[in-house]
Amino acid sequence: MASLNADLVAASGQPRKAGRSVVARAVRSPRGWIGILLVLPVVLIAILGPVVAPYDPAEFVAAPFAGSSGEVPLGADFLGRDVLSRVLDGGRMLLILAFAATTAGVLIGTALGMVAAYQPSTDDGIMRVLDVGMAFPQLLLALLLLSIVGPKAWLICLAVAAIHVPQVARVIRAATLRVVEQDYVKFASSLGIAHRKILATEVIPNIMGPVMVESGIRLTYSIGIIASLAFLGLGLQPPTADWGLMINENRIGMAQNPWAVVAPVALIAAITVGVNLFTDAVAQSVLDGTDAGGVDDVPEMMSRGVEEMSAEPSFYVIDGPAGEDFMSSAESRKATE
Amino acid sequence: MSNRVVSRFTSPSSVRNGELALSARDVMVEVAETGARVVDGVSLDVKRGEIVGLAGESGCGKSTLALSLMGFARRGLRLAGGSVDLGGVSIFDLSERELLRVSGSKVSYVPQDPVTALNPAMKLRVQLDEMLTGHGFEGSSAERRERVLQSLKEVDLPDPKRILRSYPHQLSGGQQQRIGIAMAIVNRPDLVIMDEPTTGLDVSAQEHVLGTVREIAARNGVGILYVTHDLAVISELADRVLVMYGGRAAELGVTADVLRQPQHPYVAGLLNAVPDLEKRHSLLGIPGHAPEPGAPPARCHYVDRCPLAIDRCSQEAPPAHSVSTTHRAWCFRAGEVIVVERPVANRPHQGQDQSLLTVCGLSASYSKKEVLHNVDLSIAPGTSVALVGESGSGKTTLARCIGGLHAEFTGTIELAGEGLDPHARKRTQSQRRSIQYIFQNAYSALNPRRAVRESIATPLRQARPELSSGEVADRVESALETVSISPAVGVRHPHQLSGGQRQRVAIARALALEPSVLVCDEITSALDVSVQAVIVELLQELQAKSSLTMLFVTHNLALVPNIADTVAVMSDGAIVEYGPVDIVLGQPSAAQTKNLLQHIPRL
Repeated sequence: MASLNADLVAASGQPRKAGRSVVARAVRSPRGWIGILLVLPVVLIAILGPVVAPYDPAEFVAAPFAGSSGEVPLGADFLGRDVLSRVLDGGRMLLILAFAATTAGVLIGTALGMVAAYQPSTDDGIMRVLDVGMAFPQLLLALLLLSIVGPKAWLICLAVAAIHVPQVARVIRAATLRVVEQDYVKFASSLGIAHRKILATEVIPNIMGPVMVESGIRLTYSIGIIASLAFLGLGLQPPTADWGLMINENRIGMAQNPWAVVAPVALIAAITVGVNLFTDAVAQSVLDGTDAGGVDDVPEMMSRGVEEMSAEPSFYVIDGPAGEDFMSSAESRKATE
Repeated sequence: MSNRVVSRFTSPSSVRNGELALSARDVMVEVAETGARVVDGVSLDVKRGEIVGLAGESGCGKSTLALSLMGFARRGLRLAGGSVDLGGVSIFDLSERELLRVSGSKVSYVPQDPVTALNPAMKLRVQLDEMLTGHGFEGSSAERRERVLQSLKEVDLPDPKRILRSYPHQLSGGQQQRIGIAMAIVNRPDLVIMDEPTTGLDVSAQEHVLGTVREIAARNGVGILYVTHDLAVISELADRVLVMYGGRAAELGVTADVLRQPQHPYVAGLLNAVPDLEKRHSLLGIPGHAPEPGAPPARCHYVDRCPLAIDRCSQEAPPAHSVSTTHRAWCFRAGEVIVVERPVANRPHQGQDQSLLTVCGLSASYSKKEVLHNVDLSIAPGTSVALVGESGSGKTTLARCIGGLHAEFTGTIELAGEGLDPHARKRTQSQRRSIQYIFQNAYSALNPRRAVRESIATPLRQARPELSSGEVADRVESALETVSISPAVGVRHPHQLSGGQRQRVAIARALALEPSVLVCDEITSALDVSVQAVIVELLQELQAKSSLTMLFVTHNLALVPNIADTVAVMSDGAIVEYGPVDIVLGQPSAAQTKNLLQHIPRL
């Protein structure tokens, strides 16, 4: 996944061959629709669950860790509350927080990465500060903040967003560098078009591929981190129902009523895997729309069977983690004749 | 089968010129998914010691054919039929494993860009040695070293021992390409396939490499298939030539016959489009563009562009027509093709003293490294100046300084007496509009997310905020009309256009702003010659109609008489010769001009 997005970064700014319906193509691919099939039920449960829950999630309806029965289809939790109702009730906040944190992180990261690449004078300032940020063990930092200030929703959101920012900024910076090199950006700049407008009309439309994929990857991370925080007791507080919290609360009763743990785990797994698959499909669909999809696979002596000599700009496919810095881009910016 | 392959490794290589090195019959390559033919039944023989040119424009299938002769097909393509016989080995019948042994030993390949074929982290000694050990050379390490050194000498590399200790990046482009050729011949193959090996080189380096190729063919008795889009190179190098069009053979014969008495209208058209320094004829482009793979098979692929087309041409594919025993053309009207002598390019000479654009004492640098030294240049209004030089001579940098795209310089640039700020952004709106820069690569000059019409309208709205949206639309239409782009194309996105169309859109975008100076930076160098000629025709027309002043940057000296009144020759960041085209090309005085003129391949 990470290296797929690196390919994508390499491909950004390249002319696209196919139409613009990137998402439509993604939905049609197997990975895309399997992903959607996994995500959709979880999202529906999170949204509609509280409405259809048979009991109040805080209501005591059976003996602790009672097994499943007609009354309580998924049994009872460690305090004797209905697991089904708690599962139906416990996803909404998790998804809202994850979504908010991802949006904030991707927006801020994209803005910073884009500016760093577009305005070389700010590059070192922005990127070195983010490097320092990345050097801290961020999850520990988030835990520290949350344990001092207390587990507030806004703070969870902020802490998770802060974890995303440096990584998103790196990927987007690399993607933007490839676009900024293109002559249409130089042309727009030479016409005196305002920088803000150039970013909005020339740059952003051409980095949407990496931004979309990055959003997907970050969303899965957000869900994981927020569920982990809840598991550690730094998310929503009892007696609120929450999937992460439920796993922690009920793990001692795994033998008596496994449903109390298995159900929330399965839902978190389904949405994470689903989002990942769909993101993968989007990334592939963006790649298919660019020349980077057709990398020659002939032996290395013949790796250049390119018919049209310099009519098409060369591109690099970068293997390795998406967070790698792209030396080649930085250097080629000092393009000589 | 594989026994025979192995036996070739042990038998001493001897010069057997004239023996058949390659015999390909009805080779077909198709797109695996759709079955569209990329190469459609091409036959070709190459004898040992012979150089056969494989010519054609981009997309004609020449590279695909070249690869298929080694049994390879690019991803997404499939070898669909025919046979290839390489010194008794039937390539298409080999397993993948046997194929790998054959390629590199019986047949080898020289790619366009040797840098991509060389490992930058390995010394050349190891890489050349691997070519031998990897293909079953049964000799001691001393013998291998001897063979490698000999190959390096054969490709005329100075100080082979030093070269062996070097890494690829320590060599010049021409030297790297000769390493590529040395690797190809180190196993003494019967056939070497070279795919545009000199396309990225300057003319002097190109001539050197071509000389080496000629020598290797004659001395080592190896057959060479030389793939190129450049007919002038073919003319200088090849014994015979096969011209391809739309995946099929168009004309095959002895080079002089094909180039002097072409029998296929496409070849005749191509020759009209190639700029030639000697004849200085005016260029004539071929309208339209090449067919995509998958065109209906039961017709001549050239019929839509052919001035001689008859009904029969669109009903069946033309069979080979034998003009002589060695000369064949795949055309119903072969024999009727008349080569029109093109009139000599004649440009009204304008000897104006005043200057519209003046560059004075310009020294430009990249990160403190000075690449232009104290350059003076003046362009009279309504004239066209060609700026020629090899890569690295600073011609593009000078153009970029004038266009306001490169601001790291000292000295002054004046437009009609007004000083210009180095930064385009700091120039006035009308100054910015007056100088329009057209980029070499139209692919990257157009925003891929924007339709053609919008690409032209956006800068116009920026530069002329006073125009109403109706006026903008009118100007966009008229700009498109000027460059002969049909309104239907206006709604397309750049990836849906051909290379020539893209470049014409870029020109339209500049013209819509009604500039007084047009700076063209190698704008035809990425295009096929038939398309290049169309663009040159267009620029000539523009100059005749309006009093457009032009700075035309090019590495191709042959193009200069067609496009410019005055020429400035650059070398190492300075203008070394400047004057009217006739005088500079007729009686060159600077060493660099003589050098360029001497090495340029001629038809």
